Amino acid sequence: MKTELMSANYAAARSVISARVEVVAAYPITPATTVPEQIALLNEDGFYTGQFIRVESEHSAIFACIGASSTGARAFTATSSNGLLLMDEGLHWAAAARLPIVINNINRSVSPSWNIHVTHDDSYSKRDTGWIQFYVSSVDELYHTIIQSFKLAEDERVLMPVMINSDGFVLSHTLSSFDYLEPEEVDKFLPPYSPPHWIMDPANPVSHGNIVFPEYYQEFRYMMHEGTQNALKVYEEVEKDYKNLFGKYFGGPIDCYKCDDAEVVFTSQGSIAAEAKDAVDELRDEGYRVGNARVRMIRPFPVDKIRELGSHVKGFASFDRGVSYGFGGPVANDIRASMYHTKYRPMIKSYIGGLGGRDMTVTDIKEVIKDTYKAVESGDLGPEETWHDLME
Amino acid sequence: MPKTSYSKPMVGATGETGSWRTFDPVVDYDECNRCRTCWLHCPEAVISLDEDGTPHTDYDYCKGCGICAQVCPKQCIEMVRTDERKRRTGEV
Amino acid sequence: MVATREMPLKEYVLKGNAACAGCQDMVALRHAHKALEGDVIQVVPACCTSVVQSLWPKSGLAIPVLNTAFMAAAATASGVKAALKAKGNDTTMVMVWAGDGGTFDIGIQALSGALERRTDFLYICYNNQVYSNTGTQRSGATPLHAQTTTTWRGKTEPEKMIDLIVSAHEPVYQFTANTAYPRDLYDKFKKALEYPGPKFGHIFLPCPQAWNYPVEQGVEIGKLAVETGYWIQWERIGEEFILGRESKRFQDPEKRKPVDEFLKMQGRFSHLFKPKRDEKKINEFEDFIQHRWDVIMRAFT
Ligand SMILES: Cc1ncc(C[n+]2csc(CCOP(=O)(O)OP(=O)(O)O)c2C)c(N)n1
Ligand code: SF4
Ligand code: SF4
Repeated sequence: MKTELMSANYAAARSVISARVEVVAAYPITPATTVPEQIALLNEDGFYTGQFIRVESEHSAIFACIGASSTGARAFTATSSNGLLLMDEGLHWAAAARLPIVINNINRSVSPSWNIHVTHDDSYSKRDTGWIQFYVSSVDELYHTIIQSFKLAEDERVLMPVMINSDGFVLSHTLSSFDYLEPEEVDKFLPPYSPPHWIMDPANPVSHGNIVFPEYYQEFRYMMHEGTQNALKVYEEVEKDYKNLFGKYFGGPIDCYKCDDAEVVFTSQGSIAAEAKDAVDELRDEGYRVGNARVRMIRPFPVDKIRELGSHVKGFASFDRGVSYGFGGPVANDIRASMYHTKYRPMIKSYIGGLGGRDMTVTDIKEVIKDTYKAVESGDLGPEETWHDLME
Repeated sequence: MPKTSYSKPMVGATGETGSWRTFDPVVDYDECNRCRTCWLHCPEAVISLDEDGTPHTDYDYCKGCGICAQVCPKQCIEMVRTDERKRRTGEV
Repeated sequence: MVATREMPLKEYVLKGNAACAGCQDMVALRHAHKALEGDVIQVVPACCTSVVQSLWPKSGLAIPVLNTAFMAAAATASGVKAALKAKGNDTTMVMVWAGDGGTFDIGIQALSGALERRTDFLYICYNNQVYSNTGTQRSGATPLHAQTTTTWRGKTEPEKMIDLIVSAHEPVYQFTANTAYPRDLYDKFKKALEYPGPKFGHIFLPCPQAWNYPVEQGVEIGKLAVETGYWIQWERIGEEFILGRESKRFQDPEKRKPVDEFLKMQGRFSHLFKPKRDEKKINEFEDFIQHRWDVIMRAFT
């Protein structure tokens, strides 16, 4: 392990070497572009020895990954925003074909209007494809979560693809140190991918994906659901292994900070979650009993962990950097749904903001947390949903 | 059930497709010159050949398209109703 | 040309599959795979070939088949090829088997990309000139005046000359074939094995359902397409153009059979003869035949 200073995108490109990815297929889109650029350079310089396919679209990128993974190769791509949207058909396809492909999606607003800065709408809109979804808040976490994701995706109990989301520019283009692992080191953690069920092989021909009638289709969908759900338990094992081998741990599906005695916890995804730690520290100094719950995984949704938190906090200030238009904050609503069948009734206030890359400072986060704190203290919920910093 | 829908090759994947047929190809072996043209054009791969090229139709799967009868240069394949063929061969 | 008796007896198309009776796709598949002899991975986008395999958990094709999305065949094949390469396998043929919709229309971008990247694969477009899978809607390959379920009164535009678009990508080997000539088709697949790099085969493939001709006439209609000059059999090895021997004599318009013979067999053109022969439209169809000859010969010779 050696410490390197790089942007998240460069680190993602390195993870492809560390994890011995056999096939990468990718297409440029800001702010993901430097991932394929770096992989191309590493490939041409002989550091990345797998195959890099310089495809002509993101739709082709994901389907090239699907072809590669179906032939037993470890496959990876990176994209963003409109690129992820163009992949949609392939995202559903990869999940139903149970192919352990890994994507680094660099969150960016979707169009129109053109805006290259972070909003989580791109990946939120892919929430129901079956893909396991992580949101990370540092370069180091991105790099290691990609490596972990191959192990998670390839586990027979899971066999579902994984999307690791990192905020555009805030992470993708900002230099930070991270601990690089040589492939020989990662070998101890991640064995070569060997598909447990089917593979494209002339010596043992099968046809994958021909017609399935209604009498069986539903069962295949149920198994996808099981696979994604199993990811929670399997990820626990993956993280434990990883910690033992490399001393790295990022906090499970929800990384809690000062939550044990908190009255109000702030939940969020992505880079804001790191800022929130400072907000919590400052508020603690000011006498507020608050905590920070950084939601790293939104699919499968860590229902048990939310219930555990919800059993002892009085309020959630749930922040979404994206919207389910017509219903509000996607993660806030998942938290509400998770609590419904328990006897606990914390206030769950939804906040939406930071869209299109609008800055969310420590002061902004403090304001959000204090708003929920006030509601909890007064017993008056106030608005269920608040758009933070919305112009009149 | 497997986790995803992969299928194994097998004869009769759609069952005995011979039941789709109304007319059966019947070869007049006295006329047949073993040229294999019927075998070449049969879309179903249901015509098997003896070493000398004598064609045999697998009636379990022949879909009765009549192409073999149409292409036979000797015009020695006749399309006859199934019951008529069976009567001729003494099957019924 | 290979003698019929020299062709392998082993079948990769298994009897009892889900293809319609008389389906010429199965003829093409039979002889393609006899030539390739099993060391192949076949990528199939949404089309009739995804249906003829039969229902899970059974398949009527004894080869590895990766079904994929309608517009993604060539991209999927690129991934398969890359995976084989990553694993040190340079011998297995990666072959796309796509309909005309999946090639001329929705899949053309992925095809163009894969050809431009010089992907070592064989892309086959089996051209039944219509979206058969979804019930015979027009495609970019549907001929002028053909009736489909989205051109009820006949298509008003001639077909796209896909071969010219493909040839602009300079594949190492490009051919047209026709299921009425299985031995020629077999030879072309054998040849495809010899050239590493991007290869493209375009197969004329009558569809009894969509074209509405008597099912037993599958071979006659394919031959008539050539004998009227409508379909041209040719190959191109790099820059070298070879006019197929089946087509050679019909380069001369005088030698061609009257186009009526081809059109009259097919229900999709029946409106051209009812209540009486539509001179104008049939002339337009004939003009297109000559136009295609002119363009092909001008472009390639
Ligand atoms: C993205 C997408 N759009 C539409 C379809 C529906 N669809 C399936 S097959 C098909 C037509 C296929 O036509 P062609 O490629 O000519 O093959 P054929 O069915 O004639 O063999 C269509 C429109 C689809 N599967 N995917
Ligand atoms: S009738 Fe058709 S399916 Fe039957 S043997 Fe003849 S060509 Fe083959
Ligand atoms: S085509 Fe006719 S002559 Fe030739 S082998 Fe078949 S039945 Fe015999």
